[in-house]
Amino acid sequence: MAMDTSGFVPKGNLNADADALKKTGKRGTIKRIWVYLKSYRPKILLSLILAAVSVIYTLLVPIKIGEAIDMIGADPKSVYHELLLAVLFALIVGISQFAMNLLNNSVTYHTVKDMRNSAIEKIEYLPLSYIDSHPSGDIVSRIVADADQFADGLLMGFTQAFTGVMTIVGTLAIMLSMNVVITVVVVLVTPLSIFIARFISKHTYDMFRIQSTERGQQTGLIDEMIGNEKTVKAFSKEADVIKKFDEINERLAASSLKAIFFSSLTNPCTRFVNAVCYALVALTGAMFSISGKGSISGITVGTLTVFLSYANQYTKPFNEISSVISELQNALACAARVFELMDEETESDVDTAETLKNCEGNVDIKGVDFSYDKNKELIKDLNISAGSAQRVAIVGPTGCGKTTIINLLMRFYDVDAGTLCVDDKDIRNLTRKSLRSSYGMVLQDTWLKKGTIMDNLRLAKPDADKEEIIEAAKACHAHVFIRRMEKGYDTMIGEDGEGLSVGQKQLLCVTRVMLNIPPMLILDEATSSIDTRTEMKIQSAFYKLMQGRTCFIVAHRLSTIRNCDIILVMKDGKIIETGDHKTLLAAGGFYKKLYMAGVGNNEYAG
Amino acid sequence: MRELLKYLNNYKKECVLAPLFKMLEAVFELIVPLVIAYMIDRGIKGSEPKTITVCFVILLLLGLCGLAVSVTAQYFAAKAATGFSKDLRHDLFSHILTFGFSEIDNTGTSKLITRCTSDVNILQNGVNMFLRLFLRSPFIVLGAMIMAFTIDAVSALVFVFVIILLGIAVTLIMRANIPMLKMAQTKLDGVLGLVRENLSGARVIRAFTLEEHQINDFHGANSELTGVQMRAGSISGLLNPLTYVMINIAIVILIKVGDVRTDAGIITTGQVVALYNYMSQILLELIKFANLIVTLNRSFASAIRVNEIFDTQPSMKNGSIQYESSDESNVPLIEFKDVSLKYHQNADEAISNITFSINRKETFGIIGGTGSGKTSVCSLIPRFYDATGGKVLINGRDVKEYDLTSLRKSVHTVMQKAVLFEGTIRENLKWGNEDASDDELMKAVENAVCSEVVSVKGGLDAGIEAGGKNLSGGQRQRLSIARALAGRADILIFDDSSSALDHLTDQKLRQNIANLPNDPAVIMIAQRTVSVQDCDRILVLEDGQMAGLGTHEELLETCPVYKEIYDSQNRVADEVE
Repeated sequence: MAMDTSGFVPKGNLNADADALKKTGKRGTIKRIWVYLKSYRPKILLSLILAAVSVIYTLLVPIKIGEAIDMIGADPKSVYHELLLAVLFALIVGISQFAMNLLNNSVTYHTVKDMRNSAIEKIEYLPLSYIDSHPSGDIVSRIVADADQFADGLLMGFTQAFTGVMTIVGTLAIMLSMNVVITVVVVLVTPLSIFIARFISKHTYDMFRIQSTERGQQTGLIDEMIGNEKTVKAFSKEADVIKKFDEINERLAASSLKAIFFSSLTNPCTRFVNAVCYALVALTGAMFSISGKGSISGITVGTLTVFLSYANQYTKPFNEISSVISELQNALACAARVFELMDEETESDVDTAETLKNCEGNVDIKGVDFSYDKNKELIKDLNISAGSAQRVAIVGPTGCGKTTIINLLMRFYDVDAGTLCVDDKDIRNLTRKSLRSSYGMVLQDTWLKKGTIMDNLRLAKPDADKEEIIEAAKACHAHVFIRRMEKGYDTMIGEDGEGLSVGQKQLLCVTRVMLNIPPMLILDEATSSIDTRTEMKIQSAFYKLMQGRTCFIVAHRLSTIRNCDIILVMKDGKIIETGDHKTLLAAGGFYKKLYMAGVGNNEYAG
Repeated sequence: MRELLKYLNNYKKECVLAPLFKMLEAVFELIVPLVIAYMIDRGIKGSEPKTITVCFVILLLLGLCGLAVSVTAQYFAAKAATGFSKDLRHDLFSHILTFGFSEIDNTGTSKLITRCTSDVNILQNGVNMFLRLFLRSPFIVLGAMIMAFTIDAVSALVFVFVIILLGIAVTLIMRANIPMLKMAQTKLDGVLGLVRENLSGARVIRAFTLEEHQINDFHGANSELTGVQMRAGSISGLLNPLTYVMINIAIVILIKVGDVRTDAGIITTGQVVALYNYMSQILLELIKFANLIVTLNRSFASAIRVNEIFDTQPSMKNGSIQYESSDESNVPLIEFKDVSLKYHQNADEAISNITFSINRKETFGIIGGTGSGKTSVCSLIPRFYDATGGKVLINGRDVKEYDLTSLRKSVHTVMQKAVLFEGTIRENLKWGNEDASDDELMKAVENAVCSEVVSVKGGLDAGIEAGGKNLSGGQRQRLSIARALAGRADILIFDDSSSALDHLTDQKLRQNIANLPNDPAVIMIAQRTVSVQDCDRILVLEDGQMAGLGTHEELLETCPVYKEIYDSQNRVADEVE
C-alpha cells in the first residue's frame, strides 16, 4: 500500500503532463521505464508470478468450499478433506499476497528513491539558465509529486491490472467449465456497471471543474487576505473581507455538494448492477438445478454458491481496471515529466579542461557578447581587464547588465562570443570546479540552508574549528547577534534563513566568505541591507577580505565604490565610461550624473 | 474533533438521516443470504420453480430498495459534509481575521492559509466518509453476526470469535501503522524542503563547490524516507492477506460445524450457505472499514491543527471609547511613557524605556539602523501590538481604551511593504476611506504623486491584480500612499515608505504631505538623515533604546549616534563639493 501524498504535495500540472508525454511519446516513455526498472526486473517478475498464484488460489478456495457444501451430510470425510484444502489454499493466497505486497513496496519505493537521487544529481549540475528559466515549484513537483505518482500509479496499477485480467480470465474459465448459460448471464450483465461508472464520471467532470475553479478563487482570496492580514487590520477592513469570503464560500459549498453527490452515485449504482447480476445467477442457477437433476447440465447447491461468490468477485476487477487505466495514463505522463527533467543537459567540462592552480587573479574579458534571450541584445562587445589585486566596481542603472557580468565570471552562463580569461586561460578550458572555487562570492540574495548557524558558516570550510568560526563572526559583527540568539551558534535556522533579518543574513554570508577567502572576490550588493553604521564597523573586515585579491564589486553605495581602482559605468549592456573615481568625476559624464543624484538622494548610484 | 462537531448542528437532520439510510441499505443487504437460503432449501430442494422466481423478484426488489436508500444517504452525507465545511471555513477565516499582529507573527501566514484550505477539505472528506460508512460497516459486521444467531446459535459463536480476532488484528495493524505514516509524511516534507533549498541556492552551492556535499545530504534524507515508507508499507501490506486468511479459516470452521449440525438435522444446507455468505460480507466490509479509519485519522490530524487555530485567542481586548479628534493644545497628541515592547515572552526587548511625545500637526522623524526598533515604536500607535511595559497615550488616553476601528481610521500607516489587493484602483483606495468621492480619491492620488500612474493604467476603474503584480514597486508604493491619504487621518505614519521612489518624487511627496488641508501629525521613519532632517523633531534609536531627540542641528551637536549616521552617509558627499 503506497502512501497517499495528495493532500500535501502539489500535483503535477495536467496540461504540462500532456505536453511532456507528447514530446517523448507514449511508446518511448514505456521503453525508458522498462530500461529504468532494469535492476528490479527479477523482483517485478517474481511479483507477477505471486500475483498469478494468488489469483488462481483465490479462485480455487470457493470451489473447494462449494464441494464441501455439496458433501454436507453425505460424506464427512470428504468434507474434511476439501476444507483442509481450502485452508491450505487460503494460506497460499495470504502468503503470496503479503510477499507480493512487500516486493511491490520495495520496487515502488526504491524506484522513487532512485529517481529522486538522480534528479538531485541532475539539479546540482544543470546549467543555471535552466534553473533561472523554470519556476522552482514546477521542478519540485516533478521530483516530489510526479516521481511518487509515477511509482504508485505505474507499479501498483500494473500489478492491479495484471491481477484484474487474471481474475477475469480465471473466473471466466472456471465458470465456463461449470455452466455456460450462467456464465453468459454474468458476462452480459457485469459490463453494465462499467458503463454506468463511465457515464457518471463523464458527467461529473464539469461539476468538479467548477468546484476546483471556485476553490481556486477562494484559496486566492484567503492567500491574499491572510497573507496581508496586517494591512487588512491596519485599515479595519475585516467585515468587508469576510463578506467577500462568504460570497465565494456559498458558491463553493453549492458546487461541492453537486460534485460530491453526483460522483458518489457510482458506488450505489454499480452495487445495484451487482445485485441484479447476483439475482440472475441465483435464478438461472436454481432453475438449472431443478430442471437438470440427473442430466449433465445440472448443477449442485455447492456449484451455485461458487457461482454466487464469483458473481460478486467478477465485477470488482472490471471496476478496478477502468480506474487503473486512467491511473496508468497519469503515471506515464508523470514519468514523462520526470524523464524530461533528467534529459536536460548538464554542465560538463571539456575533456582537456585544466585545473586552475595558484590563481593570480588576472581577469581579461575580450569582445564578449551575451544575452539571455537570443532575440534581445544585452551585452555587446564587452572588454574588461582586471589585474591581480585590483578592485573593479561596476555601476549603472537597474537592468544594465551588472549581475550578468557576475554570471559570466562564475561561468553560470557561457558567453555567446568573445573570450573570458583568468590568468590568460580561457575559462572554458578550465574545470568549473577549480574556476568557481577561486572566487569568493557574496550576493545580495542571501542563501542559507536549513541547519544550525554553525553548519551554515562551515559550508565554506568544512574543517574549520569553532574558534576560527567565532573569530570570523566577530570580525564581521555577526557574533553580536548570534550570541543573543536562543542557542547561539547552534540555533537552527529554517528554510532560507527564516527567522533572521535580511541584514543578519548578509552578515552571515560575509562571515562565510571570510572563513575561506579565495584569490578572487565577487560582491554583488553584499551589504545592501546592512545599515551604514554596521557597514562602517565591518569596513576593516572587508578591507582584510579584499586585500591582495581581485575584486568585482556591484554596489549602489558610493562609499563602497569610491575606493575602487577601476570603475566601470554600464548602461544598456555596454561600458560607457571607465576610470577611477576622480577621473570619472572630472570627466563630468554619466558617472557624475549618477553620483550627484546619489548624493542628493540618499546616496544611491544605481 | 469534538469541538468541531458543533458545525454539524445546522445539519442535524442530514447527520441522522444519512447513516440511517445507510443502515437501511445494510439491512437490505443482510436479507439477501436469507433469501438465497430459502431459495435453496425450498426452491431447489423442493423443486418449486415458482418459489425460485419469487425469490428472484425479491432479490431484485432488495437491490432496487438498496439503490434508492443509498442514493438518499449519499445526498444527505454530501449535504452535511459540504455544509459543515462551509460553516467551518467561515468561522475559521473570521477567527483568523480577529488575530492581532502578534498572533499572526507567532502562527505564520502559510500555516494559517493551509488550515483554511487543505485542512478543511480533508475534514470535509472525513465527515462525508464518516456519515456514509462509520455506521454501515459496524452494522453489517454486527448485523451479520446477529443474523447468524437467528440461524443457529452454535455456528454464530464462530462469528463472535472471528469478529473479535479481526478487530484485534485490524486495531494492532492500524496502531502500528499510523505513526509510521505520519513519520513518512514528515520525512517527505523534509525531502521537499531539500529540493527547494537546492534550487534556491544553486548559485551559492556552485560557488562553494558544494554539489557533492548537497547530493550526499539529499541521498541521506531520501534513504531515510524510503526506509520509513518500506516499514510502513510492510505493516499495511499485512492487513489484507491476514484478514483474508482469518475469514477463510472461519468459513472452513463454520462449514465443518455446519456439517455436523446438518447431520444432526438442526440446520439445512441452505442455512449453511447463508452463514457462509454472511462471513463473506464481513470480509468486504472490514476492508472498507480499515480504509475509513485511515481517512478518519487524517481528518483527526487536521481537526487538531484547525483547533489549534481556534484555541489561539487574540490577546488584544478592544476598547470602548470612540476616537475623536481634539484640538486641546495642552495635551500632546501622542505620548510614550517609558514604553517597552517584547515580541515573545522569552525574547529580548525590541524597544526599551521609550519616552517622548508628539504634538498636533508636528512632523516627527524616527531614525536608526536595521533592528533599532523604529517600526516597533510606530506599530504601537495604531495599536498593532500592545506595549509590554509603560503606556502609549493618544489625546491623553491610553490607546487600549479606544475602539480599534475608530482608532485605526484616524491613524494611517504606510508600511514598508506596499500591499494592494485584487480589484480596481478605486476599490483599493477606498480602503483608506469608504465614503470618499471620486474627487477626494483623485486629490489623494495627486498628493501621492501618482496621477500619472492612475491615468496610464486607465483611471480609477483600472484593475489591479492580486498582490499588485501588474504594477512596479514604485507604483505600488505610491498607490499605497494615496490610499493612506484618502482618509482624513489625524496621524500619518510613513515607514521607510519612499524607498522605491526617486529623489524628485520623494521631495514632491513630502511637500504635498506638508500642505495637506487637515494638517495631520506626520511620522517619518527613515534610515538616512536626508529623509528626516527637515522634520520638526527627530527621535534617534539604537538597539531599541533612545539615543537622542531633537532637531537635526541639535542632534548633530549632541547625539553621537546621529552624527555617526550622518557622517557615514555624507562623507562622500563632502568630497564632491
